[in-house]
Order: sequence, then C-alpha cells, then structure tokens
Amino acid sequence: MSELSPPTGTGPLAKREARLAWGLLLPTLTAVALVILLPLIAIFWISFKPVELADLRAPEVVLREDIRGDDDAVGDEAVIRYRLRNSSQDQPIAGVTFADTLPLGLNVQEVDPRCILDDRALRCDLGDWDPGTRETITLPVIIEQAYLDGGLRPQDSPASTTGTSSNVLTNATFTLDNFKRLFSGDEFFEVLWVTLFYTVFGTIGALVVGLFAALLLNKSFRGQGILRGLYLFPYVAPVIAVAFAWLILFDPFSGSANALLVQMGVTPQAINFFGERPLALIMVTIFEIWRYFPLSFLFILARMQSIDSDMYEAADMDGASPFQQFWYLSVPQLLGILSVLFLLRFIWTFNKFDDIFLLTGGNAGTRTLTVNVYEQAFAVSNIGAGAAVAVVIFACLLTFSVFFLKYISQEEGL
Amino acid sequence: MRALRFNAVTSPLLGALWMVVLSTTIAVIMSFATGAAFRPHLLFALFWGGIIGWTIGHRLGDFWGEVMGTIALAILIVMGFGPLSIGTETGWFPSAFAAIALSTAFTYSVHVILDDLPHGALNRHEFERAVIRFLTGFGYIFFSAIVLIPFYVMVMTSFKNQAELMQNPLDFSIDLSKGAALFRSYDELFTQFNFGTYLFNSFFISVLTVIITLAFAIPGAYAVARLRFQGRALFSRSILLIYMVPMIVLALPIYIAFSTTGLRNTFSGIVMIYPVTTIPVALYMLQGYFRGLPAEVEEAGLMDGLSRLAVIWKITLPLSLPALASVSLYVFMIAWNEFLLAFMLLDDPSKFTLTRGIASLNSSEIPRQHLMAGSVIATVPIMALFLGLERFMTKGLTAGSVKG
Repeated sequence: MSELSPPTGTGPLAKREARLAWGLLLPTLTAVALVILLPLIAIFWISFKPVELADLRAPEVVLREDIRGDDDAVGDEAVIRYRLRNSSQDQPIAGVTFADTLPLGLNVQEVDPRCILDDRALRCDLGDWDPGTRETITLPVIIEQAYLDGGLRPQDSPASTTGTSSNVLTNATFTLDNFKRLFSGDEFFEVLWVTLFYTVFGTIGALVVGLFAALLLNKSFRGQGILRGLYLFPYVAPVIAVAFAWLILFDPFSGSANALLVQMGVTPQAINFFGERPLALIMVTIFEIWRYFPLSFLFILARMQSIDSDMYEAADMDGASPFQQFWYLSVPQLLGILSVLFLLRFIWTFNKFDDIFLLTGGNAGTRTLTVNVYEQAFAVSNIGAGAAVAVVIFACLLTFSVFFLKYISQEEGL
Repeated sequence: MRALRFNAVTSPLLGALWMVVLSTTIAVIMSFATGAAFRPHLLFALFWGGIIGWTIGHRLGDFWGEVMGTIALAILIVMGFGPLSIGTETGWFPSAFAAIALSTAFTYSVHVILDDLPHGALNRHEFERAVIRFLTGFGYIFFSAIVLIPFYVMVMTSFKNQAELMQNPLDFSIDLSKGAALFRSYDELFTQFNFGTYLFNSFFISVLTVIITLAFAIPGAYAVARLRFQGRALFSRSILLIYMVPMIVLALPIYIAFSTTGLRNTFSGIVMIYPVTTIPVALYMLQGYFRGLPAEVEEAGLMDGLSRLAVIWKITLPLSLPALASVSLYVFMIAWNEFLLAFMLLDDPSKFTLTRGIASLNSSEIPRQHLMAGSVIATVPIMALFLGLERFMTKGLTAGSVKG
C-alpha cells in the first residue's frame, strides 16, 4: 500500500513565487549589503591597520603653473613655470609624470631633459619622489603673433599629473598593534566596566520605571490619552534637544536644579552633576532611564491591556488583594514581554552613543565602548584603534544576539 | 506589615507621607514659577500631615469641619508653622496662593485616599487600596514632574537673556511687558544663524528618507510576509540582527568611504545613508502588519487574474494605509532626530540639518538661550506631528520597534 503524503519538491508555481520574492527583496538586499555589510567588513579590515586620520588623504602631486616675464608683444621672452610638490610630508609617490598642452604661438627655446615636447604636447617623467619633494620645471619661450591672437594663456589648459602612492587603507600592511594597545592598558577594563554599569542599570531602570508608568495608566479615565502622549515625550524629542536641556538644568553654576536643591537645604553648595566621578556616570544612567522608560511603558501597557479582565474579577471574588493580584496574576503574564524588552534594551543601551557623547563627551568616568570608538578615531586621530574598539563592540553584540534569538522565538510578534 | 493595618496607624502614616510629597511638589512648582524661596518643612509636614490624616481617616469632622481645617492649615503656613516655609521676601500674593493651594489640595486628596477606611483593624484589601491610592497620586506627580521639568526649563530658558538667567536660575516667570522681544533668540536664530535653512534641510532630508525607505521596505516586507521561498525564516531573523548593529560601528567606515569619494558634506550622501538605517525597522513593522491581513482577499484578486504586483498595489497597500502612516511617522522621527551621522558627515553650515545646527550652537561664545531656542525649534515640529497622530504613533511603536 502506498503511503499518502503531500507532494515534495518545488513545482513551477512555487519556483515562480520564489523568483518574485527574491526580485522584491533584491533592492533591499543590495542597499543593506552596501551600507551595512560592506562597512562591517571594512571595520574588521581597518582594525588590523595602522591608520591615522591624516592617512585618509592619499598623497598627491600638487601642481601650479604660471607664466613669468612679458607676454604682451611679439618677440617678448617669457618663462612658463611648473611648480610641483608632494602633498604628503611622510609618504613617497612613485612614477610621477605630468602632461600639458601649450597654447598656440609659443616658440619653445629649450626643453628640460626629463621632458619631451611633441608639437605642443609636453610630457615629463619625474621618476619616484621622496616625501615632501618639490620640483620646478621651467620652459623659456618667445611669444609669436598666434599667441596674442589666440588669447589663451598656459595656465588656461589644465595640466594632468599621475603618480602612485601606497595607501595604507588598501596596501598589505597588517598589524595587531591596535588590539594590543587596546587590551594592554587598564583603561580598557574601566571602559568595559562603565559600559556594563550603564547598560545593566540603564536597562533595568527603564524597565522598572516603565512598569510603574504602565500600572498607573492601565485604567481608562479621561485624559488617559493625554498623559500617555505626555509620558512619551522624552523618547520622541530629539536627543540633542533633551540632552542640552538636562545639561542646562543641572549646570553647576547657573542650573535650576542646583538652585532648587540649595534653596531647599538639601545641599550647602552646588553639585557638579555631569563633571564629577562617580556622579556623572549615575547621571547619564538616569538620563538613559528617563529617555527610554516610555518605550518599555508602551510595550508593557499594550500587553497589560490584552490580559483578560475576567481573571482579575475571579481573583477579586476569591479575596485576593491588589498586590497579590499584581504579583500572582500580572507579573507572570508580563514576564515574556519583560524578558524580551530586557534583551532588546540591553543590546541597544550597550550600543548607545549620542546620549553620553552629548552629556559628558565621555569625561568624568563615563567613557563607554561606543564613546571610546569616537575618542580613539577622532580625538586621538587613530582610526585603526577606533576600529579595534568597534570590532570588540561587534563581538559583544553577536554574543547578545545569540541569546536574543533564542528568546525572541518564544515571544513572536514583537 | 500586619502592624500597619490599623486605621489609627495607616491614616496618620499615609497622611504624613502625602504631606511631604505635596509640600515638596508645591514648593518646586512655586519656585519654578516665581523664583522666590519656597521649601518644604519636613518636620511640620510629617506632623500636620499625620494629624490631618488621622482626623480624616477617622472621619472626625463633617464637610464644614474639613473646610475649617483647610483654612487653619493655610493660616499656619502663612504664619510659618506649616509644612511649607516661605522666604520672608516673598510677596503676599504668591505666599497666600501657595498656602491655599497646598492646604486645599492636601485636604481634598487625603480625603480621597483615606475616606473609606473603616475604624479599627483593616483587612489586607482595604489597607492595600489606600496604599495604592497613595502610590497612584505619587506616580502622577512623579512622572509629570520628570517629564515636564526638562521641557519647561528648555522653553523658558529660550525666553530669557543671559543676565536674567545668571541672576536667579530659578526665576522662570515671564515678563510679558517685553512683548515681541521675548522671542529675540528665535529671531536671531533665523536671521543670523541660518535656522530657516536648517529647518528646511531637515524637513527635506526626512521626507526623502521616508519615501526611499517605503520604496524599499514595502516590496521586501511583502515578500517576507506572503511569499514562500527558501531562506524566508533566515531572512526575517537577519532583519532583526541588522537592526541591532550599532551605528557607531558603521559610522567609521562610512566616514572614510565618504571622505575619499567626496560624498561628505552632500545631501546625496546623507540621503543614501539614512534610509538604510531605517529600512530594517520599516521592513520589520510592515511585514508584521502584512502578515495580519487576510490572505483570502489577495487570493481572490489573484483568481480574478491580477498579477502579484497588481495585487500588492491595488489590494494590499490600500488595506495597510494605517500601517504605512505609522511607519512613515516613525521613520520621519528617526531621520528628524538623527544626530551622529549628521554630526560626522556634515561640516558645511549651508548643509546642516537641525540637529547638526544645534550642535554648532554649543559653544561658549553663543548664549545658552540660543541653544535652548534651537532645541525648541527642533522639538516643536516633531511633537506637534506626534501629538496630532498619537494613535498611529503608539501603534507603530508597539508594532515592531523598540529602536533607540
């Protein structure tokens, strides 16, 4: 007896559908590959290279061309001068050449031995250049009538230059120095500790505060919509605006928060909230909680409102008190969303850059890994070192993602 | 806990704590509104709060009794024995106003919190109900304060000038007699600091980002949600992963690539980058929505001889207008608020976006009311949009994104 089973393999219809699907996905895949995968590969590449900010400009041959002497009348003697230099002080350029076309009506008297003049086409081969080389090539000429008629001056025709230089970004120099330097100092472990503190407390804080806000608004009354909108403000406003508002509010010299605390007698003198260890780290963590509690609030509220209310009525009948109902009915139902929110927020807080960068710039013991990328690359101008930190961040991210994917499958629909 | 569950303990305790909360609140409000010296007096607050809590919890007075108590409390405050101490230089009107506001608010709210407590021992239910009412009141005050104060300071600072700010950082009262001069920093931002251009740039870039993002995300999301092909599950997972790659990791190579190709300082560079950061979000939100649409409608369309693309265009898209609205709003918000890439990639002041423009105001030479006015200019449009379309926005946020 033959077994009945659904047909296996792909029929023509399924193949057509798959083709259409890939067709629809192609633009997205291309864009993502170009702007996300390519940079990701690039950052690994750069992290093994001794790149400085200044290396981004490849050395090039800079050329200035002018004519000296009189060129107003037939028979005047003049000199065409080409001044060339290597734009880099520390990198050589190989095989420097330049080519130019002379205007009509110039009788060239003498050609530099490195150059060939073929009719009006000038070509010079200047060989290999050391860093910082300067050269001047002169071409004495006598003016003829055609030059005056043509009205073209030598500098009107742009001269072209060639020359190859080894670019540190593309050559085969690789080194582990960036990573060695990164892991050798104590600084790295402080940065790591700060990042973990910020991430763990920022995440838990935002979840707990969000849970309270959700409990507060989990009943319908007039103005509930307005309050919900209001509580989302910190998340919706541009980070740059709220970060500066906090800076001004907590300014040590003329901030309102300090004035208020002094007036209430909480503190005898002004506190430098964003400038002192360890207060600055606590403040940026509080800022993180303040800015992202709306998100957890929104998600938790959405989940709360989907819990069946019959359950609470039954519990009421059985004499469960409000706190018991919260603990034994609500919390178990919310655990799923809370764990997913925790993982997501954990990853995003770990990756957060703008907030700390704007509030403290990484000073006063608030330098996290992401701020360190910026510091190394732009403040210290060592792009390679910045890339090495970025690679470390990416490695952490991959580890978190494994956890995340394990849990997200249980909580689909987020 | 059990020891607390007697009306004689619960009501004075909650009353005392509530008085501390309320007197602090009123002191902060009055300080921020007038700049005068208001501070809560902790001992008196506990004492009077406890006494009033006890009397109301035991319903010792009728309505008129409570009115008399309220008046007495206000008089105590003005005389300096109340839960709120008022600086001697404060004028009579703010003093009286604070005293009446605190005493009325307190009597009323304590009445609400404690009114139905029975005499003697309380059961767990009754006790927790009172505690929850207390916590709810505290919650409203707490959350409103933490949300409103930074924005209040932002707006009010933008109306002041440097001298006024240094003189009394607490005084946010507005001198209406100045008239249009109040808006001086806004005026200067638009006339001298090019904020009109920045506003336009931000708007232009954000709208373009929304359009490009949707153009990429709609077909992609449809394919992931509806069509069967190998690697579908893997693909929808990868979207989430990509969505978690930190921008700062990508920013370095992008900076290098843009520097060498001359795309730095151009709109085209920015408009190339922004959508890619938002496509994964949009894709994820949209595919969730598409999946929720009834497949039967589309199948009917296919049966009637429409091609897949025609089905998407004529059936799926019109059905998903609300989702498209919320995705657009969310993408607009991300693009409008974006700071890092604009900061790294734009150096030319004529090409600044608003966030980049505000960052350039952060220098010691530019007075800070300008910085705050700039912040207000960047915040108001997105808030207006958000409040006007709040329903879409919250739906969009919960529909599949917790990016921040």
